[in-house]
Amino acid sequence: MAQKTYAGITVEVTEEGYFTDSSQWTKEIAEDVAREEGIVLTDQHFAVMEFLRNRHKSGDPLSIRSINHSGVIDVKTFYQLFPGAPLKKATKIAGIPKPASCV
Amino acid sequence: MATEQKHPIKKVNIICAKGAIEDVYATLVMGNGAVMEGIETNLFFTFFGLDAIVKTRMDKLHTAVVGNPALRLPGGMRMPTLLGIIPGMESFTSWMMKGEMAKLDVPPVSEFLDLITAGGGKVYACRLGMDMFKFTKEDLSEHVTDILTVGEFYELAGGEGSQIIFT
Repeated sequence: MAQKTYAGITVEVTEEGYFTDSSQWTKEIAEDVAREEGIVLTDQHFAVMEFLRNRHKSGDPLSIRSINHSGVIDVKTFYQLFPGAPLKKATKIAGIPKPASCV
Repeated sequence: MATEQKHPIKKVNIICAKGAIEDVYATLVMGNGAVMEGIETNLFFTFFGLDAIVKTRMDKLHTAVVGNPALRLPGGMRMPTLLGIIPGMESFTSWMMKGEMAKLDVPPVSEFLDLITAGGGKVYACRLGMDMFKFTKEDLSEHVTDILTVGEFYELAGGEGSQIIFT
């Protein structure tokens, strides 16, 4: 376990930087985490993160396919919004655990 | 003291030469996983693996019910080879496998290729395999970037941190 300070608030994170308590997350914190990943957040980013957080809350597994079926965004745009490793980056910025799915 | 150096994989080139459900999905799952990790990804389909990128066949793949000793009945008992010769058994087994995969959010082949190419992954067909099975470019899914010779594939696969995987 580790601690990090974002937007003046200290949060508990894993060694890889994923939040251990997703209720500590705020939009201001997200902007700070995103900056670390080299991303400037837009409304579209927040819409995806809201979808991811809701899915996490209801206990549904996250997959790249679920993004495509979300109605929020298509996969191509998802890759553009969070370049590199989109699902890992998006969940980290959204303050939820690293996805455990292989797809 | 030796310093620990990391050598991340930068590019994967996956060859799929067989066309059973499990062969094709091994390639697609590994390929999609690489794209999701931000790794440059090339998929190369050849011989029977070409079925995965032929429009009329890609979503109708089957798994072998004869000569497949790992195949088990629901409940875990081995499936006797003789049962495999019952008409419809192969279709039924394949249908069940696809159903189980769908439950885990594993998409049909065409949709999987959609996801892979949307993330920047590239899909190629083998020149020799195409000629052998008398396929033309028109038979292939729109996700296929190009038809390559072996030499062109190796050129494509070059580079530091690049891996070739044969599924």
